[in-house]
Amino acid sequence: MYYLVMMLDKAMSGTGVPSAIEFRLDPTSGVPTYLQIVQQVEHALRLGYLKPGDQLPKVREVVAGLAINPNTVLKAYRDLEYKGLASGRPGRGTFIDASLGDATLPVLADLRSGLRKWLAKADAAGLDEDGIVALVTSTLRDFSERSDPDAARADGTQRPGTKAAIA
Amino acid sequence: MNIIETTGLGRRYASRWALRDCTLSLPAGRLVALIGPNGAGKSTLLNIIVGLTAPTVGEITVLDGHPAGSLAALDGIAFVAQDMPLYRNLTVGDMLHLTRNLNLSFDTAAARLRLADLGISEKQKAGKLSGGQRAQLALSLALARHPRLLVLDEPTGPLDPLARHEFMASVMTAMADEGISVVLSSHMLAELERAADHLVLVANGRIRLNGPVEDLIDSHRLITSATARSDDHAGWEVIESSSTDALTHRVVRLHDPTMDLPPGCESRSVGIEELTLAYFRNGAAAPSATLTGASR
Repeated sequence: MYYLVMMLDKAMSGTGVPSAIEFRLDPTSGVPTYLQIVQQVEHALRLGYLKPGDQLPKVREVVAGLAINPNTVLKAYRDLEYKGLASGRPGRGTFIDASLGDATLPVLADLRSGLRKWLAKADAAGLDEDGIVALVTSTLRDFSERSDPDAARADGTQRPGTKAAIA
Repeated sequence: MNIIETTGLGRRYASRWALRDCTLSLPAGRLVALIGPNGAGKSTLLNIIVGLTAPTVGEITVLDGHPAGSLAALDGIAFVAQDMPLYRNLTVGDMLHLTRNLNLSFDTAAARLRLADLGISEKQKAGKLSGGQRAQLALSLALARHPRLLVLDEPTGPLDPLARHEFMASVMTAMADEGISVVLSSHMLAELERAADHLVLVANGRIRLNGPVEDLIDSHRLITSATARSDDHAGWEVIESSSTDALTHRVVRLHDPTMDLPPGCESRSVGIEELTLAYFRNGAAAPSATLTGASR
């Protein structure tokens, strides 16, 4: 009897469409849990895995999957709302509002294949992974300084978007 | 709103104070982690909160200002004691029946749903369940009372990592679904990093540290400096210190987390585990209110 109730309950509680992404935590990263969630959403946006109108996983689903505090997920989603990337719809969940970066999936695929060729060249030239990352990072820094001197000086390390180029 | 308020709470057993000078305001809707070495007074505090032990001195109110142990308090709090108390020879179904009849309110349908979801058969004897299933059964019985406050005394201690993860996921899901507040004691420091909103550290029967996890993480740093230049600083309180001839490491609590560190000091943030261990190692020292630059 109650098995049936449970199935009905499950069928009605879902919106029918599962979220496009699932969060994974890195306990050794030292990055606060809420920030890991925010970064994973931003990353997925940049790479085109998430687009405006997509639903983020429900708080309950994230909590049940990762065994983390619901307040942490709420904080991450509030942060995304504050950044204008997502918005909550009462009773339905949190949805993506804006995209990060203008590159579409085909463009990204093209860039990725160009990058692969470059990496093969670097590998042939004898660079190891650390050497490649160092070269990319320093070149990227030069590049950003030239195109946007103020932003580069403000936070000398990394501009948002750097990760997408390497990943 | 606060779910628990205590003032000058203390409990004495014969000549020994298991808990003293305990003044706390714990916020609702959070997971409050109670940590401390064995025998620090955690269980005494939990037993007072749920009304099983009367305080020797001091005041305590729970939920909306109800005295601990009053009928309203008992009805709104569910407690799972350390040893997951279940009658081993009773079946799961019998435990449901028993718990329903021992409580003012009990949502049998909700408990059955949860147990079915977990794959626990009502025909099984409680004593034959695995450790993880026993913990889940005890939790299901507690949650079926729809408490406003769930109190758990070292719930995940004997569980394997997967059972622990699933148990904590169940607790957090109940928080998300019903907005309940949770107070739990635990030794699983790494697990609390993800789970706790608020931390209360008890040592030698006294509260050593109490606050939102984020604030505590913000205000504690590991400072590394040359031993020759490791003078005390008015801007911090040293929790733990270790040094060689050349280098000194200190875990400190900054009075103002935005302060500029003196020159020659390297600093990095510390997680809950490192922070807690620093306080534990320093457990023999005075309570935090009077703790001043205790180094060893």
